[in-house]
Formats: sequence, structure tokens, C-alpha cells
Amino acid sequence: MSMKRNLLAAVAALSMLAGGVAEAKTLKWGAGREIASLDPYSFGETFTLSVLNHVYEGLVRYTGDLKIEPALAESWETVSPTVWRFHLRKGVKFHNGNAFTADDVVASLERVTHPTSPLKGNLPAYKSATKVDDFTVDIEVNGPYPLLLNDLTNIYILDKEWMVANDALLPTDSGKGVENYATRNTNGTGPFKIESRRADAQTVFVVNKDWWDKPVHNIDRIEFTPITSSATRVAAMLSGEIDFTNLAPLQDLPRLTASPDVKVLQSNELRTVYMVFNMKDKLVESDVTDKNPFKDKRVRQALYQAIDADAVQKRVMRGLSRTTGSLVAPAIPGYVPELDKRPPFDLDGAKKLLAEAGYPNGFSFLMNCNNDSLVNEEELCQAVASMWSRAGLKPNLSIAPRAQQTPKRVKGEFDVITFGWATEPMIDTYSLLVQVLHSKSGSAGVFNWAGWGDPRIDELTDKGGVELDPKKRIPMMTEALKIAKDEIMFIPMHQQPMAWAIRSGSVDVMVQSPDNKPRLWLAKVK
Amino acid sequence: MLAFLVKRLAEAVGVMLAVALIAFTIFRFVGDPVELMLNEQASQQQRDELRERLGLNRSVPEQYFAFVANAARGDFGISYRNQQDVFPLIAERFPATFELVIVATVLSLLIGLPLGVYTAVHRKSFLAQTLQFLSVLGVSLPSFAVGILLILVFSVTLGWLPAFGRGEVVKFGWWSTGLLTKSGLTALVLPAVTLSFFQITLVMRLVRAEMLEVMRADFIRFARARGLSEPAVQFRHALRNCLMPVITVTGLQIGNLIAFALVTETVFQWPGMGLLFVQAVSFVDIPVMAGYLMVVSAVFVAVNTLVDMTYALVDPRLRVDTVGGGHGR
Repeated sequence: MSMKRNLLAAVAALSMLAGGVAEAKTLKWGAGREIASLDPYSFGETFTLSVLNHVYEGLVRYTGDLKIEPALAESWETVSPTVWRFHLRKGVKFHNGNAFTADDVVASLERVTHPTSPLKGNLPAYKSATKVDDFTVDIEVNGPYPLLLNDLTNIYILDKEWMVANDALLPTDSGKGVENYATRNTNGTGPFKIESRRADAQTVFVVNKDWWDKPVHNIDRIEFTPITSSATRVAAMLSGEIDFTNLAPLQDLPRLTASPDVKVLQSNELRTVYMVFNMKDKLVESDVTDKNPFKDKRVRQALYQAIDADAVQKRVMRGLSRTTGSLVAPAIPGYVPELDKRPPFDLDGAKKLLAEAGYPNGFSFLMNCNNDSLVNEEELCQAVASMWSRAGLKPNLSIAPRAQQTPKRVKGEFDVITFGWATEPMIDTYSLLVQVLHSKSGSAGVFNWAGWGDPRIDELTDKGGVELDPKKRIPMMTEALKIAKDEIMFIPMHQQPMAWAIRSGSVDVMVQSPDNKPRLWLAKVK
Repeated sequence: MLAFLVKRLAEAVGVMLAVALIAFTIFRFVGDPVELMLNEQASQQQRDELRERLGLNRSVPEQYFAFVANAARGDFGISYRNQQDVFPLIAERFPATFELVIVATVLSLLIGLPLGVYTAVHRKSFLAQTLQFLSVLGVSLPSFAVGILLILVFSVTLGWLPAFGRGEVVKFGWWSTGLLTKSGLTALVLPAVTLSFFQITLVMRLVRAEMLEVMRADFIRFARARGLSEPAVQFRHALRNCLMPVITVTGLQIGNLIAFALVTETVFQWPGMGLLFVQAVSFVDIPVMAGYLMVVSAVFVAVNTLVDMTYALVDPRLRVDTVGGGHGR
């Protein structure tokens, strides 16, 4: 009898358990691509890092509107201009139960800055890290450096004990060809842990009940599925097989909006798109062979004025982009509205300027574009090329996948290119200045592919790069942006559109930040 | 038989060496993996160092011989993007592709054979003419269009079948199968139909052409004269004699399907080798591309060998040791 009762009780308990599981709040996330690996220091890709941020955390993190706030570090101060002291949060546990201490921070920083780490560049100023006590770490930088906190938002902390036990203290060296334990396994401190993973099929995240932070979200389980084909992703959204996608194809937005169950979240991302000139002594492919016409500011101005930005915005970008005269997006420190104005579209003025510069009949040049990198890049190039043709110029278009074009671009084998810069991962004008606008010297100007630059910009960049006071530093960057604008170094086009979609029946709150990164610990499901 | 297999093995190695050579010549033009592996903030020096470590600065012959030497030791390197050993990475995805291809092949035979017989026997009927016409569509419609169309109808409008993925899988050692769970089976339907679409029409048209030929043969007349029923004549006597080319083509197509399932796999996010390869191409993941091409060329040679061996079983006249043997018919 009692056995029977026990059995009944067991069945009842089981059914309650099953009921509980059925009510687990699940978010089905259909992403545009698979993450590269579970190791946060493996492949320099912003998207992979943003997904892994649900599992691993840094000393500091961004809020939904991109303000830096404490995460694994509670507070910090500068001990000297080159030494930062971080006070770590106490009582934080890794997913396997290990306690989080200063040793973990030091080991993680050493791992990410190891010579074979592909993410070494994410912490350019790092010199060394020292444990002061169990919950205090000093980070020494190469020189006074204002952007350490920005950089640290992307440097996730791994458990030292776990890395030692699994021989994962060093990052994977692709050249050596040896697999790393952290590639397939995780142990972070973040709001979610990984329950299972089948590459290209599904990665399941479950809530970390012992998270140190008070959760805003109410999600128990995230089923992350990459769906690379955009038509299939849209179909899955419409049929309700996924609740959320962070990559809604722009051409399908009307269809998604038309569905009563789907809500489209549309905004502009941080990436600004420019037309960039070859500024070397001669053009690569042109009927002007003795000099470079782009060195004449009047020519650059003519090209700028010949572009009908409104038409580009309406036709090419389907009314979704934000036309701009600025080299950085509004959310980025250094932006000022005064620099966002464009000269008016003026075809006759452009023709006159070209004639003044000595090219009444225009000239030909090579225009290099990708077809898989920026939003609607191919159409953008065709539209701008035809606008320039109307001003009498003869642009020769070369359009191909990014993987093929990049080697040519890096060598400066172009006369005009499309170029996009989001200032990722530091989200600061300094990134554009030091990596793109600065002349190629030392470690600066990596993306200065064809000899542009201005000594005044170099000077301001170098000075701003060691200025710790934001009140002095940010005006310096704005000043540099103004010089670039006055000189028409680049022609700014627009900030790119970004679009997410949610099923309104399943998702309650979704925070769409301008950096286009999903932060599901801020989301709520129904 | 042993000599035959040894010869085929040597051929396989030859084919793979040739494929690798062509592949490494082409890889130069696919792009630069380093620009994708490091993020925007990496310095020039870090980029140069990584390129050096990966051996991308070496000449094509050097890269090729290094690859062959390593591959001979069973070392195909690790994926630049996924940082996993290439061989397990491909092996993990092989079952998905293999099941898809086998199911598609079975489907194409189950549907294609009867349709072929029907259209041959009732050549003039309206239904046969319609099927003939539809088969032209089947041959000419690209599989991504078929896939999207099926998704729109069966996933979005009717909501019967999933639009993507492989559902739940059951693991047997390193092999994973979706054939044992309900979600796995439902997930298999649309991709398998899409992949078999072309194949069905191919089998149907082939069987029809062969049947028309065979039905005119003397032994069919004799069979009829013996008073055998029409289905017996059609299926036991006529169809059997059409199977030779069908086996050849189906067999050879298995290799093709494995290699070209990548379009179907991309449309349905089917986690197979093709999807892996497409991603490897877009990220210039040279070790994965090289490994995939090796595996696929090995599969091609293996399938051809199996087809040749089946020949001998099905048609005794092709057995080398039976000189002028009897009529199997």
C-alpha cells in the first residue's frame, strides 16, 4: 500500500517537475552566423565576443546605452599615470563553483596578451598585471592611456584553476595546430552557462542562478541557432520557430513588419561608411598618368558635391540609413553635430570645380568595392559611380567578395574605395584616428592604405592618446575630425541601418544598443 | 579482386594529390585569412607575425608539400576560424550529410522508378505527358529555389515542418543520427525532398528511356507470348534489364550529392559538411577547405569503386573471370 502511495507521490512529483520544465522561459534566438568558438580569445570577431559575453564577463561592461559600468571589478583608480588599480568584486563564483580572485584576472590578461593570441590587439596598451592581494590587481600600461576601461569591456576573465587543470593557460596558436580545451568548454562568471553545443546546429545557454548581479532578465534558457540563409531566417521568424533574430535582412523588413506577430526593431549602428581616396603620387588605373588628381582639394570637393545623398538614402538604402557628414556616429565620444553637415548636392558646382582643377572632361579611375561587407555595398557603389559619371568622371567599378578585395586594398591598389569603420571594439573616435586617419608610422595607421593623412591630425591623435582627462581629450579628437572634414580626406556617406526582429507574443523587452550587440541579460520574455 | 582494390587505392591517392595541388594553387586567390582572423584593432606587426606563423608567406609548392607531408602523417592542421582539428570537425558533420544524401537517393529511387515505368508504358496518356513536362521543371529548377518554395509552403503557410536544422539527434559513438527521433525525421523531410528533386526526375527520365528501348526487345515479346501478366513483364523482365544504367548513375550521383549538398545544406541550415565548407570559403579557412576537398575526393573514388564492384554482382557478363559466360537474362 505504502509502496503504491510512494509511487503515486513520485509520479505526482515527476509531473510537477515536468510542468516546471515546460514553463521554463525560453528564448529561441536565430542568428545570422555561427560563433567561431567558445574560447573568447580565439578569433577577432565582434559577434563571437558579444555572444560569449553571456557566459564570460570582463572587469567592466557596457550598459544598454553604452556607458561603462563596473562588472567583475567594483571600483578602480589610477595609482600613477601608467598604473591602474582595480578592486575586484567579492563572492563571485565561476560556473564550476571556483571562487573568482585576482589570480584569475592576472592569468586571463596574460593569456589574451600572449604573442600568439589573435586578440592581443584588443589590449594595445597592456604592459603587465600584478596581484596586490586576493581582490586587488594593478594593471600597468605602456604610457598614459585613456581608453583602458573601453578595452577591458572586451577582455573576459577565465578561471585560472580551470585553465591550469585543462592545460589551457595559453591561447590557441593556429600556426601550431593544437586544439585548446577552452575551444569546446566554458567556465565563466556570466549570467548564463552553456548546457550543450552542436556546432552549426544549436548552442543551449541556461541561466546561472548564482550570478553575482541582480538579474533584470527572466530568461531560463536560450536556444541559439545560426541560420545563415537570410530567406530561411525570415521564414523561421514568420513561422514562429525562432523568437528573435539580431540580423533581419533589410530587403525583407516590409514582409516582417506586415506580419502581426513580428515586431521589427530598426535603428542605425555605429558603423559609418565613407568613400576613400588614393592619395599616393599617382593613380593606379587612370587616364591621368603624370599626377594624382585627388591631391587637389577641389577635385575631392567636386566628388563630394556630385553625390546626391538623399537619393542614395531613399533608393539604395531603402530609407533606412542615416545620411551623415560626420566621420563618426552620434553615439561615439568625439562626435559633434556641427561636423555632421554635408555640403549641398550640386552637380553644376561639381563640374565647375573639376574644370577649375583642370579636368573639364573628367578623368577615369578605379573604384574598388566589396559585395559582402557593408550593407547594400554593391548598389551603393553603382549609384555613386553613376552620379560621378554625370559630373563627367569615368569611374571603373571592380566589385568582388571581401576576401578577394582586401589584399588589393591593403596594398593600396585602388583609386577610390568604400570603407566602413565602427570604432569597435573601443567605441571611441580614437580608434578611427589611430588606426585609419593617422599616417602609417610605428603601430599607428594600420588601415592607412594609400597615403592620406595630415601632420596636424597625427599630432592631435598622439596627444589625445596619452591624455587621461576626458574634458581635454575629447575636444582634441573633435578638432582632428574637423581637420579631416575641412580637408575632405574622406567623403562620409551614412551610418548603416541595423534591424532586429522579435515575436511580440514571446519577447517582452529587448534592448537594441547602437553597437548592434544583443545583451540578453537585459531582455525579458513572456 | 585484391589487385583491383590495390589499384583503386593507388588511384585514390593520385586523385587526392592532384586535387590538393589544384586547391593550393587556387587558395592564393581566395583571399587573406589574416585580415579576418584579427580584429580591426590589431597592429601591422601582429598581422605580419600571424601570417608568418601560418606559413602564408611561403610559395605555393612549399605550402603544398608541407600540407602533403603533414597529411601523410594524418595531421590536417586546425581550422583558422573554429580552432578545432580539421578531421574531427569534418567527421562530426559527415553523418548529417551522409544521411541526407542516402535518404534523398532512396526517395529518388522509390519515386523515380515507378514514374519512369509508368511514363514509358503509358507513353501517350495525359498523366505521362504531364509528368514528362514536370520533369523538365525538375531538371531546370535550382535547388535553392525549390528549398525556399518548400519552406514557404510547408513551414510558413502550413506550419507542418521545420524550416531549418536537424532536430534532435541520437549519438552512437562519433556517429549522430536524426533518423530515430520525431523532430529529426520531420526536419529531414524538406531538405531530403529538395535534394532528391533533381534526382527523381533524372531517374524517371533514365528509366523511361531505357524501358522504351527494352520493351521493344525480343525477350519481352516472348515473355508476353508465354502469357505472363503485364506487370510481371514490365517489372520483372523489362525493368530488371534497365537497372544497369540506373545503378551506375545513382551510384555516381551519390558522390555528386555529397559534394553538392552544400546548397541544400545552406538553405536549410543543415549541419553537414557542405555548410562547413561554405563557411570555410567565406572565412578563407584554408585547412578546412583543403580537408574537405580531400574527404570529398576520397568519397568520389570510393563510390566509383563500389559502383564498379556492384556491376560485377548485378551483371555476370562483366565479371572478368567469366569468359564469355552465360546469359543472365
